[in-house]
Amino acid sequence: MEAAGESLRDTELRLGLPGTDAPEKPASTVTRGGKRALPEDDEEGYAKSNKSSSSSEEEQGEGDLCGHEPPAAKAQVVGWPPIRSYRKNSLHARKVEGEAAGLYVKVSMDGAPYLRKIDLKGYKGYKELREALDDMFKCFSLGEFPRKEGCSGSEYAITYEDKDGDLMLVGDVPWEMFISSCRRLRIMNGSEARGLGSRH
Amino acid sequence: MTYFPDEVVEHIFDFLVSHRDRNAVSTVCKAWYQVERLSRRSVFVGNCYSVLPERVMTRFPGMKCLIVKGKPHFADFNLVPHDWGGFALPWIEAAAHGCPGLEELRLKRMVVSDESLELLARSFPDLKALVLISCEGFSTDGLAAIATHCRSLRELDLQENEVEDYGRQWLSCFPDSCTTLVSLNFSCLKGEVNAGALERLVARCPSLRGLKLNRAVSVESLTRILDRAPQLVELGTGSLTVDHHSEAYRRMINTFHKCKLLRNLSGFWDVDPRCLQSVYPVCPNLTVLNLSYAPSIQGADQVKLIRHCFKLQKLWVLDCIGDKGLAVVASTCKQLQELRVFPSDIYGTGTAAVTEEGLVAVSSGCSKMNSLLYFCHQMTNAALITVAKNCPRFIRFRLCILDPGKPDPITNQPLDEGFGAIVQSCKDLRRLSLSGLLTDKVFLYIGEYAARLEMLSIAFAGDSDKGMIYVLNGCKNLRKLEIRDSPFGDAALLENVGKYETMRSLWMSSCDVTLGGCKALAAKMPRLNVEVINEGDESDEMEENPSDAHKVEKMYVYRTLAGPRNEAPDFVWTL
Repeated sequence: MEAAGESLRDTELRLGLPGTDAPEKPASTVTRGGKRALPEDDEEGYAKSNKSSSSSEEEQGEGDLCGHEPPAAKAQVVGWPPIRSYRKNSLHARKVEGEAAGLYVKVSMDGAPYLRKIDLKGYKGYKELREALDDMFKCFSLGEFPRKEGCSGSEYAITYEDKDGDLMLVGDVPWEMFISSCRRLRIMNGSEARGLGSRH
Repeated sequence: MTYFPDEVVEHIFDFLVSHRDRNAVSTVCKAWYQVERLSRRSVFVGNCYSVLPERVMTRFPGMKCLIVKGKPHFADFNLVPHDWGGFALPWIEAAAHGCPGLEELRLKRMVVSDESLELLARSFPDLKALVLISCEGFSTDGLAAIATHCRSLRELDLQENEVEDYGRQWLSCFPDSCTTLVSLNFSCLKGEVNAGALERLVARCPSLRGLKLNRAVSVESLTRILDRAPQLVELGTGSLTVDHHSEAYRRMINTFHKCKLLRNLSGFWDVDPRCLQSVYPVCPNLTVLNLSYAPSIQGADQVKLIRHCFKLQKLWVLDCIGDKGLAVVASTCKQLQELRVFPSDIYGTGTAAVTEEGLVAVSSGCSKMNSLLYFCHQMTNAALITVAKNCPRFIRFRLCILDPGKPDPITNQPLDEGFGAIVQSCKDLRRLSLSGLLTDKVFLYIGEYAARLEMLSIAFAGDSDKGMIYVLNGCKNLRKLEIRDSPFGDAALLENVGKYETMRSLWMSSCDVTLGGCKALAAKMPRLNVEVINEGDESDEMEENPSDAHKVEKMYVYRTLAGPRNEAPDFVWTL
């Protein structure tokens, strides 16, 4: 690590001119959400970040609220990388939309002629959600909604598409995590769903 | 020449297209000044505080098109406080009084209130074009005023503005009698627009050539719009979320087939990659493609799309295209002139999306390249030297290595030689942005070779005052210099004070310039505004008795005929 340390020092940001021995800033590596801190993370200008205005917090804030993809320590230089806020916001817009009032997702049910839309923020947890869905689609359903995840014997399973586009069973993750990653809901036929449920 | 009657001189001036040429002829003699000013139709004000609006209106009473820029460029990156200034209202008020024939207004980086849009709309019912780029301060209410009153509007172009959304009715405010729209861009609006109103508007504007929708417009609506306007040349799609098995998707493909004139494609919000095939029929004709707002499209899908685009001249993508994807660009897009590669993972911890390899590939395949914006994780001197050799026609070269101060990873050297090669080879270079580890040497090269350079952006670079001095003494066409986090101090600032009157502006933040240095500059050069921007909190010493030795956090210097601003906020001190 010694050699790496030397080259790190050359590229480290400081207030003084390179070559002068400015006092080393404490390298408080911030790791959130379990992402491994790379050696380069140390070299960022924490001196700069101490002077950072609220705007850098704002840029980071979106990552914080979401909790899943935390910005690495690298991100703490104000206004760097030089990208317009408009563009930054667009790329993160999906997350931001989730934070704003109302988190509407489409709900489809296999065989039903039309879809519905619900506000995930309007429910406190999975139980309330299932009850609401039960209520909404009971005119189409021929059986009861499952009370537990994917238990066989029920007609339907509630699944959702997450932000990566994968089809997931509702109920596995904590509620907060669910509503931040759920993009749409799909009420599946029990026969199709059995494949998901039988993994347990 | 003074023997010619004014009409002849005026007719000769008609052939002068650029602002700079017209400015030049106006300084020849009083007669020419008069002829020129009365016949000037388009006026460009690069810094809204360099001259009073009234003065502009008085000088150019026949003005038809006014272009004004407000905040300094670094405002794009949150380096300029929110309420620093750049207000559009004084300009609109002055135009309302002094230039009733105004037909076009183009503003960039300015604060535009609803009040000013309303005044604009009422004062200029015959307004033909309104273009707002990177502006803020207005809402859909202001847009409603424009739509309501400007009955012969041809162009409404909103690019990357921060707009408050108060409802979807502004579009419905275009009266039925409005049939003149040629270009409409509302892609930056966040909220929904009335789909029916939009479709009816499109249907009654047969001259419509450009339409850029926002994210809220659905595929179904897009399909109906394209059915009515197959003559579109520029299209920004809305949200392209559609089930690729559905009827809606099939209809969309059919509609795209009919758009034979489409040359410019953007948008692609929320697109399902499986739906990209619908666009393939128009790709062979495209000259401009912007995929930079579509993080959902993986590299492989981007590549599949680009393989069809062999006439492309301008391409904006995200770095998930990868070096391999750029190699495909190099082999497919032989007409490419402008490439922008944006980072998709801004806070990423290191899956290197594009590196020097991608850039080298594009440079060897696309010799016509003249404009580049490239965000990457690393760059080498060897690569830059190769790029310089392959593409000597660069006019704009902006390289951003995401890690500030990062050296050449192979040799561990600064990137002085690489950038030096660029400025030496590209004799027409007008704009340059530097990044990576750089010493004073790169500035020596820039001062020596970059004769046509007009704008230079420096960040985390240089060793000493010498660096900045090389640039100020060398680049005779320099107009804008912006520097952040670099060790340039008072000696550099004061070395060539006359230079600043030949430039539009100088920005320095987080450098070594002191309050005393700024005061000295202000004292020597009364026709410059030397603004010191202090956003410090209460504990900041600046509030009490600031010593001259105190380093200035942010400084903005610009030449002006208008004197110090009288509406500058408290935290801006004009020395």
